[in-house]
Amino acid sequence: MNSTATFKIINPGLYTTIQDLGRFGYQQYGMPVSGAMDTYSLRLANKLAGNDAHAACMETTFLPPHFEIISDTIMAITGGQTELTINNISKPIHCNHHLKAGAMIQMGPVTKGSRVYIAFAGGIDVPVIMNSRSTYARANVGGFNGRKLLAGDEVFTLKKSIKFKHRSIPNELLLDYNPEQEIRVIGGSEMNRFSFEGIKTFLTSSYTISNKSDRMGYRLDGPEIKHKQGADIISSGICNGAIQVPGDGKPIVMLADRQTVGGYTKIANVITADLPLFGQLKPSDEIYFTHVKLDYAHKILKEREKLFRHL
Amino acid sequence: MFNIYPSGDSAFLLKFGNEISEDIHLRIRAYLILLSKKRIKGITEVVPSYCDILVHYNPLIINYPKLISKLKKVYLQTGDLKLPEPKTVRIPVVYGGEYGPDINEVSKHTGRDMEEIINLHTNNKYLVYMLGFTPGFCYLGGMNTKLATPRKDKPSEKIAPGSVGIAGSQTGIYPIESPGGWQIIGRTPLHLFDPSSDNPFLIEAGNYIEFYPITENEFNSYL
Repeated sequence: MNSTATFKIINPGLYTTIQDLGRFGYQQYGMPVSGAMDTYSLRLANKLAGNDAHAACMETTFLPPHFEIISDTIMAITGGQTELTINNISKPIHCNHHLKAGAMIQMGPVTKGSRVYIAFAGGIDVPVIMNSRSTYARANVGGFNGRKLLAGDEVFTLKKSIKFKHRSIPNELLLDYNPEQEIRVIGGSEMNRFSFEGIKTFLTSSYTISNKSDRMGYRLDGPEIKHKQGADIISSGICNGAIQVPGDGKPIVMLADRQTVGGYTKIANVITADLPLFGQLKPSDEIYFTHVKLDYAHKILKEREKLFRHL
Repeated sequence: MFNIYPSGDSAFLLKFGNEISEDIHLRIRAYLILLSKKRIKGITEVVPSYCDILVHYNPLIINYPKLISKLKKVYLQTGDLKLPEPKTVRIPVVYGGEYGPDINEVSKHTGRDMEEIINLHTNNKYLVYMLGFTPGFCYLGGMNTKLATPRKDKPSEKIAPGSVGIAGSQTGIYPIESPGGWQIIGRTPLHLFDPSSDNPFLIEAGNYIEFYPITENEFNSYL
């Protein structure tokens, strides 16, 4: 046996799923990518737990789960800000913890950001479906039986020799999740379908995350963005962070569980380096978009990667 | 040549035209066959649709201008490529009854009886232009316009996987259980999407589909 039952869910929290970096290679068959909404934090959590970047973790939403450890393990928590207690004793997050069987883990509601990532040494062990352990709940694919975690679920992790060494993330490496956030974008594939006024509105207004927002996409409230000649296009591929504007002029930012193709014009695309920040936004948070050049977006991404190498 | 449109910092669209046509589809297919042979490092995924290809790349592995120049070079070689014979997938369907509860609606709208509907639906080859919407859902071209029927006013909450439907001048198959507004005329016992299989998808873009009628007993023998 190279897999062990490691924890048992007492209370699943608001919406907790198992995610890794995503399911790539099947978008041409209509299979969404899924994966963590904040891949940066998922990678940090895996670093702290001594795992590879693509190991599967728990992703929690607003209210993290309450669970019991059933075999000794190393656990790491990072992402949004939350009050962690282990056996009712307050403990820090953004670091790893050596846990004994019987330990009870609880977290308060997330106060900064919206999602917390919980990694275990070895990684969570659920079946690998199409090269990934990520949950895509709409089609019951991947993760724990294709669904969010529920009370009573016993979750396995891949076995790993446990040699505990304390690790933590230096403060300067933590992203700053603010309820007011600048989001950098570069032009989208149908930018030329918008009027000059429309593009100006998009880049000079602030937008609010609406409550019609989930892992598939966030709908934004704010000034209407005007098209030149209609909002519909012949269906075409959608990438992570694509900003679609349907006929009502209200943008929708397409995220981890987005469908692979869509028929609305895309005005812009969130840069890869800002997607983790975006994935931590919650309803009523405010954002404003700023335009950057492709070269600059790549430069930021390369600098971000360098940080990981020093960890 | 295609036109190139940015889609963020890790993908771009190669656009081959601006309409739904077999010609554009075949040019996209030829290009993809050649591209897959080149195994360009840094391309992470390609997603073809009606008139374009979304190319995903890792900017940490390949730089953008270099990748674009490679892709343009590949295009110049597509002229010499002979496309392989496309695969035809035959799809058995039980028409009408509990398997196709809306066939009467299609009959009422088109003024044709069930036999005519089945004949018109099966005497045709359908080109799979692309997949999307849900895992394994095929966008098909080629339905006889005599069968065209508008969507339902009120979408059904649950449509069984394998359901074959008509919406406007389109026909299609629901790969997974989902809500939907299509007029359901039949159901296939084949699994278009089986996530636990080594080959999770029965059909891919560029294939042709043919429907043929089976009985309820034959349907059950697949299960």
